[in-house]
Order: sequence, then C-alpha cells, then structure tokens
Amino acid sequence: MTFVKPTFRHPALTKNAVGFTKADYEGALSTLCAGCGHDSISASIVQACYELDIEPHRVAKFSGIGCSSKTPTYFLGNSHGFNTVHGRMPSVTTGANLANKDLIYLGVSGDGDSASIGLGQFCHVIRRNLNMTYIVMNNGCYGLTKGQDSATADRGSINKSGVENRFQSIDLAALALELGASFVARSFSGDKGQLIPLIKAALLHPGFAFIDVISPCVTFNNNDGSTKSYDFVRDHIDATSPLDFVPEEDEITLEYDPEKPAEVKLHDGSILNFYKLNPLWDPTDRNLSVERMNKARQEGHILTGLLYLEPSTSDLHKTLQTTAKPLNTLKEDDLCPGSQALDKINQGLR
Amino acid sequence: MSKPVRVNDMVIRFANVNGTGSASANDLFSKAVFRMGIPLSSKNFFPSNIQGLPTWYEVRVSEKGYTGRRNGVDLLVAVNPQTYAKDIATVVPGGYFLYDSTKNLHPELIRKDINYIGIPMMKLCMENYDIPRQQQLFKNIVYIGALATLLDVEMEVIRDIIRQMFAKKEKLIPPNFKALDLGANYVKENFSWPLEIRLERRDALGDQIFMDGNSAASLGALYGGVTFAAWYPITPSTSVISAFEKYCKKYRTNPDGTTNYAIVQAEDELAAIGMVIGASWNGARAFTSTSGAGISLMTEFLGLAYFAEVPAVIVNVQRGGPSTGMPTRTQQSDIISCAYASHGDTKQVLLFPSTPAECFEMTAQALDLAERLQTPVLVMTDLDLGMNLHLSPALKWDDNRKYDRGKVLNRQQLEEAKQFGRYLDVDGDGICYRTLPGTHPTKGSFFTRGTSRDEFARYTEEGEAYVRNMQRLQKKWKTAADLVPAPEVTRTGTSKLGVIYFGTTKFSADEALDMLAEEGMKFDVLRIKAFPFGGDVHKFIKDHEQVVVIEQNRDAQMRTVLMTELEIDPAKLISVVNYDGMPIAADTIYDQIKKRLSPIAVKA
Repeated sequence: MTFVKPTFRHPALTKNAVGFTKADYEGALSTLCAGCGHDSISASIVQACYELDIEPHRVAKFSGIGCSSKTPTYFLGNSHGFNTVHGRMPSVTTGANLANKDLIYLGVSGDGDSASIGLGQFCHVIRRNLNMTYIVMNNGCYGLTKGQDSATADRGSINKSGVENRFQSIDLAALALELGASFVARSFSGDKGQLIPLIKAALLHPGFAFIDVISPCVTFNNNDGSTKSYDFVRDHIDATSPLDFVPEEDEITLEYDPEKPAEVKLHDGSILNFYKLNPLWDPTDRNLSVERMNKARQEGHILTGLLYLEPSTSDLHKTLQTTAKPLNTLKEDDLCPGSQALDKINQGLR
Repeated sequence: MSKPVRVNDMVIRFANVNGTGSASANDLFSKAVFRMGIPLSSKNFFPSNIQGLPTWYEVRVSEKGYTGRRNGVDLLVAVNPQTYAKDIATVVPGGYFLYDSTKNLHPELIRKDINYIGIPMMKLCMENYDIPRQQQLFKNIVYIGALATLLDVEMEVIRDIIRQMFAKKEKLIPPNFKALDLGANYVKENFSWPLEIRLERRDALGDQIFMDGNSAASLGALYGGVTFAAWYPITPSTSVISAFEKYCKKYRTNPDGTTNYAIVQAEDELAAIGMVIGASWNGARAFTSTSGAGISLMTEFLGLAYFAEVPAVIVNVQRGGPSTGMPTRTQQSDIISCAYASHGDTKQVLLFPSTPAECFEMTAQALDLAERLQTPVLVMTDLDLGMNLHLSPALKWDDNRKYDRGKVLNRQQLEEAKQFGRYLDVDGDGICYRTLPGTHPTKGSFFTRGTSRDEFARYTEEGEAYVRNMQRLQKKWKTAADLVPAPEVTRTGTSKLGVIYFGTTKFSADEALDMLAEEGMKFDVLRIKAFPFGGDVHKFIKDHEQVVVIEQNRDAQMRTVLMTELEIDPAKLISVVNYDGMPIAADTIYDQIKKRLSPIAVKA
C-alpha cells in the first residue's frame, strides 16, 4: 500500500497575496490514526499560514519525538523541518533562531515530549522568550507506545485499560504563565474557529507564544472516563472569548469597553478581538489569567482561548543585542579580526 | 663544600591555599622566566573548591626545552602548613624547602638531606601592611621576591610585569614593589644567594608565546567564524567560553552596540549541543565546549548530528573520569566515548591538539571540517593543555584564508539543479548537498530527522534504503580520513621500534625518548592528530615490529581504537599509560618502556 497525495492542482484554485494556494502549505499524507486530533491541528496550521500570506519557505518547523512530532511531515511541505530528539525540540529551535532571526519558527511537540522528558527545555525556552510558536498537541497519553498515561493526564482520568491515573497532572499552559511566557493560549483540536486565529496571532507574536491544544487520541484515550476524550472536552470547554483575527494596517488603539470586543494590537499592526464573556476579562493581566485558570480547573472546566498576552515583548535577540543581519549571513570580513589583530594578541602573550 | 652550579634546569613547586591570590603571583614568576627567554612549563594542580583547600603550582625550567613533567621537586615554596609534611616528602635530596617562618616548623618536619629557607612572610606583611586582605595578598609577592633573589631572576623583568598587570590600577604598583623588596632583602640579609640552582637569561624562545589552550581554542572559534556558542559550565572547559566571550566583546561588537555573535548559557549540556546543532543546521558556525560528563550528556544529540548529517563543533577539555571523576585533574580518557559517541553504528571525527597554537588552528579547522563533512567534529584537548600556560608557537592566520562552508546549495543553484535529494551522493565522496531554510520558495526544502530515510529525505523503514545510507556514511568516513590533519611522523626509519602518542603526552614522551636514546634504545615516532586515522598510521604500525602507544588513561583507549580500526594484532601494540590525574611525566614513560620492552626486542 502506498500513500501518495495527488500533486495535480486545479488552475482556478484561489491564491493568497503571496501567490500560493492552500495546497502549497500542505505536507505529505498523514500516517496518524483516522480521526486523530493532531491532523486537525495540522490543517489549522496550514490554514493559518495560508491566510497570513506567509511564504512557506520562510517558516522553519521543529518537533521532538512522538505522534505529535511526526506532524511536521504533514504540513508545510515547502518548509524546512527538523525532527530532533525526544524532548529537545526547544534547544534546536533556539540555536536555529539565533542563527537566522528572519525566519518564522514553529515548534510542535506532545505532552510526553514537553511535560516529561522535555520539561526542562520547555521551561528554559520560555525563560529566554525565544521568538517562536510552540504548539503542544496534548492527548494525555503516549500513543506510539500504546497509550501509557502522560504527565498531563488528569488525576482520576481513566485510560483505555480501565486504570485510573493516581498522579497530579502538569498544566503546561499554567506553567508557561508562571514562567513568564509572553503569549499563552489553550485550544481544542476540534475547534478550528478558535484555533486558527490563535495560531495566526501566535505566529505574529514577537516572542515566545505557547498554545496547549487538547487533541484527543482516538485510539488510546477516547474512552469513557478519560478527561481528554472528544466527548469530555466538548462537554467541559469554557472559552475565554470567541476570537477573531483581523489583519489591520491602520493604527488601532486598545479599547476596554465592556460592551465591545477588546482589541489587542499585535506588533505588525494586526489586532486580535476578544468578545469577552466576562467584562472583567483582560488578557493582558497575568494575575487575572492565573486566577481564572485556577478557578476553571477547580470547577472541572477546560478554559480555552487566549489566556495571556504581553503585546510588546523583547525576544532573545533583543536581549542579546544581536546585529540586525541574520548571524548566518555574516562573512569572513564581519567575523575574522585578521592577522594584525592576532599579532597584537600574540604580543600580549609574551 | 659548595655544590656545582646548575643553570636553567629545575622544578619549582608552590604549595598554596586555594583562593588566596597565589595563582597570579605564581604566574608572575613563570612569566618572568619566560621573559628571560628560558624554556619552561607551568602547571596548576588545583582542587574542586573555591576557597581553603590545598593547591599547587609547578614550574619546570629546562634549558633543553623539555616542557613535560618530570618527577621530583628541586625547590618547594611552602605557604600552606596543611600540606607541609606531604610537600617536604616531594623534595629531592639536596633540594630546598622555602617556607613561612613566622611560625616554627615542627621538628618532625625536619629532613636532614634537604635545605630549609625560612622567610617570615606573614610577619613581614603584618609589619608593613594594615589591611588584612593586603597582608594576605602581599605574602604571595613577598615569596616571589625571595624566590627571585635566590634563583637570580632579573628583578626588573618582574617589576615590568607588575607595571603591566596594574597599568590601569597604578596605585597598586608601589605596594607590590615594596612586597617584592621585603622578600628580596630578607634573603639578601639572611642567606647566601643565589643558590646553586639558578636562572640565566637565554633569549632562546624566538617568537613563541606563553598561553593556555582554552584561550587559544576560543580564538580559533573567533577566527574560524563562530557566530553562536552554547555551553554549560563545567571544569575545565569553562574558560574556553569565557575567553570566547571576552574576545567577542572586543572584536565582534559593532559601533552601535549590537553584536556579531550570540552566546547562550544553556540549562544543561543536552541543550547546549542541541542549540549548536540547530544553529549549524541553519547555516551559522556554532560550537560548544565541555568535558567528560558533558560529553556523556551530549551523546544522544551527537548521534543525531552524525546520522542526520548536521555540522557541530565541540571542544572537549578532558578531565579525570569516570563519572564526576577527578574534575580538576587531567586525563585523555574520553577517546572511546567520543570516537563512537552515541548508540548504533556511529563514528565521530576527533582532532588532537598538542599545543595552544594547535588548539587555535584545530578549532578553526574543525569548523571547516564539520561543514565540509556535515558531521560533528570534536577537538580533544585536556585539562593540562587547556588550563595551564604552555610555551607555544605564535598563533598564525592567513588573511586570504576563506571558510570552507561545504556543500550548500544557494537559490540559483537550486533553480538550475535537475533534482535535489538531500542524501543523494552526487559526487561519489559520500558527502551530499544540503540546503538552508529560507533559501527557495518551492525547491530544496527537506525534513531533517534522526530516523532512517531515503536519498530524498523521506522516512523509510526499507532495509535496503537504510543499508545504502549506512554504506554512504561509511564512504564519507573514508573521505574524512583524507581531509583531517595527517599524523606527524618524526625520527622515521631509524628503528624497528615505534612510539605512538597524541596530545599533551608529546612533551614528556619526547624527553623520555631522548633519555632512552642516550642508552641506545631508539624509536621512530608518530603523533596522531586526528581520528579517523589516515593510511600513514597503518603504514607506521605495519613498518615496525613493536609499537609503544603512550596515553593518559587506564584502559589504553587509543590502543583499542587502533586495534579495532586498523585490525592490528594486539601483541604488536605495547601500552604505556598514566592515569593518576597528573600530566604524564618523562620518568614514568622511561620506566614503563624499559619494563615493558623485552631486552631482546630492544636489541633487535
């Protein structure tokens, strides 16, 4: 059996502003299980990049190991990708980003990859505020090794074998907030209406943008009693606000009229509109976000949407004060001090 | 009866307390010997401690230019009562024990066969300085003044170095001079001087420099075009990166304050090598520096870089293993763990510098090799080379030198290419063409992975495709053997006996071989400079009946790698090792070679 995607494209397919059809953002045929939440996330990434008019080769995509980390093969086929080692996607992305500040960096990972083996790197990439989008496809289990609980599995959740998870779960979004992430969101693979604008906003965010996407594992964690099944998530979802992403070139001011959507201006002039369910909701208030997340958790709800945003933020390049030119474009003349300087250095060593 | 005068041939050892400022005073002494143009080496034996534990500093002065270690101390400067007993035992009969006589020596410490020189260092400092910290710091300069007088070091040379050291803090110069005089005058008033062991200006060092290998490696990275360094602190490699940062601040900062480099202190060694691989994958020259335990942590990533074919440069300043081992002592004991770093069939390119000049050159060269070969390259230095000051040829750079960026297709080349397959062996040398992200909107993208893949970077579990790839990597390995530095063969064709050594073993080994030659035992010599071994190494072993392999680890790791890679009969390779954490000494090599080689073999 072969998996081949047709490469034929109808000539009348709509193209975006940079001349690409949506198909130009797709990748190889997925080998994940039919109905896997991850495939919906891949489709949302494709849609977001298409709608943002990003040239595919301007994106570099990264992943670790696991089902989620296989997905970069299934989206953005015209982008370079790097499937690294288990739990170490953040470090590879950090190096790549520092080498060339001009590309868009997209990392995808799973709950095993980020909350267990890679928890350290997850924390440290947040501390550095690396300019990247970090998506965790969170299904609460290890799919490739047949469904063991992961560290994001909720206590009391029952797995496919009928065993109850006895350990506390790690909430990666809450952790990201705690560690000072400048963009934190949570979404559901089945809610593309919310997920696509979140991915778009994350890609444009000039610092570290984290999206925890609940993405049910249809094979190993979609049973009764699981808190990461499609049914459970749909029944317990509590969106912070419907989202609408509006690319905008005119100057926009931030408004906080409770009757109107809150608008958060992104660095390129686009705005993200929040139709607030709660008039007190302000996604730029970190303390409020933490409080709200804790409350939802106590009530057994899954709070989704944009949880926190620091609109103007300083990424790692700014912190390190690197030159405006990508480091990988610097040549001998920029880099090598030359023989005369070396003679002076030698002289100092005598 | 006066003893015969011995000029420019001695071992001076300083026994100090860690954290008392003795290291810079001892460097001052070494530098003065260097500036008198006399061959020397200096070695710091320090503890894994910030303050309070014993630390030693050894200076070997050798008219003949032997800069390796030799056993036995001619003059011991004892400033640490904790170790008096142990220190006294290291002094050779007829040698000297210079100590702080502010307090009397315990009678048990008196040896009849050595000479005692008591200088009341603390007393002199208490009388002449008011601030407690100064009283302690200037004690070091007092003993330098005393020692310099005893050995007839040119005092003006020392004063010049002090003037340079404190050029920016001039008010510190007079109190330092005063301390120097306190020590000198005390000797002049109380002892006959100079001693029969003494120093005389030779001006024999030409344009050589006196520097540590870690700084040299960092300059190699700077000159070699590194724009990104990631690291995690670990003794003895930390100073590679701190020196790199210092030089980058000076030479890579733009007038507007922005930098042409980035340095990240990573959360651990795994992240450090991950970052280096990410940056190299994206077309920047990147390196990290670490030591044994760090190599263990980097091993998974080194396998990825080998298999996915991503450049990376690692400076491994080896220390005593296994585990945390002896973190402040030297060894060459990461040969096997680096040569085959990572699971599966993996081989890594290693370079073995012997001098600071080679640390410089080989680090720069490693950056070329890593990009040419698209694979990790490890520069295998050690604590002795990295952290001690060594005589070295001056660092040299040809301004016409261009970086070899390897096979990277640009946008135009992708336009013109009939097809692009990341792992297609177009040229037949096992090295394929790569592309960098962002090069072309529709051509040349590929997915880098640590899983098996076909020539077009597509995931596959087909056995045939996997084997093709592994065989191509083996072909690339053969290409690597032609590109890495060739071994250095000296004293060739004179004997049926050969000696192989590498790295810092060179200096003591050369001295030991001279000692043996004087007794009629001659050896041809080969110094390994890289792994994979070129054909010259195989030929050298084939051409000799017996070959002694000298190295600084217990298990004769290099010997094992030679046997395995070149299919050498184990009986042919005789092992000489030293692994007590001290740099191997000439006498150790001399003794072991004599013991291990049967008289019959030696005669033949």
